[in-house]
Amino acid sequence: MTEITLNRIGALPQIFPKPDDYLFVTGLAGPARDAAALTNDGANMFTMAGCMGAAMTMGLGMALGAPDRNVVVIAGDGEMMMNIGSMATIASQAPKNLTVVCVDNGGHGETGGQDGHTSVRTNLAKVAEGFGIQHILTVSSEAGLKDAAEFVKSGDGPRFLWLRVMAGEPTKFKRNMNPAECRVRFKTAFANV
Amino acid sequence: MDGNVHPHDAWSRALFKQFKDSGVRLFSYIPDAGNARLVELADEDNETRTVLLTTEEEGVSLAAGADLVGSKAVLMMQSSGVGNCPNFLSFVKGGNFPILMMVSMRGDYGEQNPWQYPMGEAVEPILEAMGVLVFKVERADELEAAATAALDTAFKAGKSAALVLSQKFLGAKGF
Repeated sequence: MTEITLNRIGALPQIFPKPDDYLFVTGLAGPARDAAALTNDGANMFTMAGCMGAAMTMGLGMALGAPDRNVVVIAGDGEMMMNIGSMATIASQAPKNLTVVCVDNGGHGETGGQDGHTSVRTNLAKVAEGFGIQHILTVSSEAGLKDAAEFVKSGDGPRFLWLRVMAGEPTKFKRNMNPAECRVRFKTAFANV
Repeated sequence: MDGNVHPHDAWSRALFKQFKDSGVRLFSYIPDAGNARLVELADEDNETRTVLLTTEEEGVSLAAGADLVGSKAVLMMQSSGVGNCPNFLSFVKGGNFPILMMVSMRGDYGEQNPWQYPMGEAVEPILEAMGVLVFKVERADELEAAATAALDTAFKAGKSAALVLSQKFLGAKGF
């Protein structure tokens, strides 16, 4: 078993030093807070607090609808496992402009830290490979973040970055959780770029 | 199809044109006899794209993502797939995302497979509960107006809509 030493706090800013260059969509719970802190809840990011399992295909819809923009999905392991088949949907479409980042703490942090499948036997990198995702990187230490920052901007997508982090609190950040407001905010900003 | 015209060819062509003329570019689907010809037409057209899903709810979030970047999508599925969608339809009531669906019915008029009835009978209550307006087609001459209404509801009024094609219109499968 790989030793996981990566702290999730501060990891995303090292991977995406220029967050304005991307369109982001996040799943729910901790990864949404980590991501919202990255953009200061920016208008180029749509975060969720429900619809568990929706993040990957929402990112795919954005990537197919806006082929000239780089789209990043940030989701937890529980979120991804709930609709893991979406990896097949993404692999078959093969959008070059889509990156999926899983912030994997091995469990369900939002509901009390119960173990998830990735802390038992599930290997998301092998899962992604099996579904046909071509570009995959696993990072579980601080030293790997440099590679991750290169990975997300190198070559063509779709890419899968498996960020294995230690259990622990996500970034403290309060975001707007009104989906109708966030939709209008995102659409308005996107239309005015 | 050499020499044989697909039984759903004529209406599928007309409906595909309506979707395309209204700006729909993404056609997501789980295969069903009722959407098979339409998917072929969307595949063949250079300006539209088909997206094969693994479960119908993915098509709801795909359409929501497309909406964020000003793109239009339709989610096509059999009635049983409506049962996979309710949680993701939170995008509709919670977020005002306009989701357009095309549902080809099983478990209604003339159904011979008992497994299809529970979901067939639940389609309209589920869609109604989640804020999706239903536009039902039972006869061929109803299709064009129902499709126009569904498209306008979704993309002009911004309310989610489902075009529901009954087995009276599609024909029931034999067993």
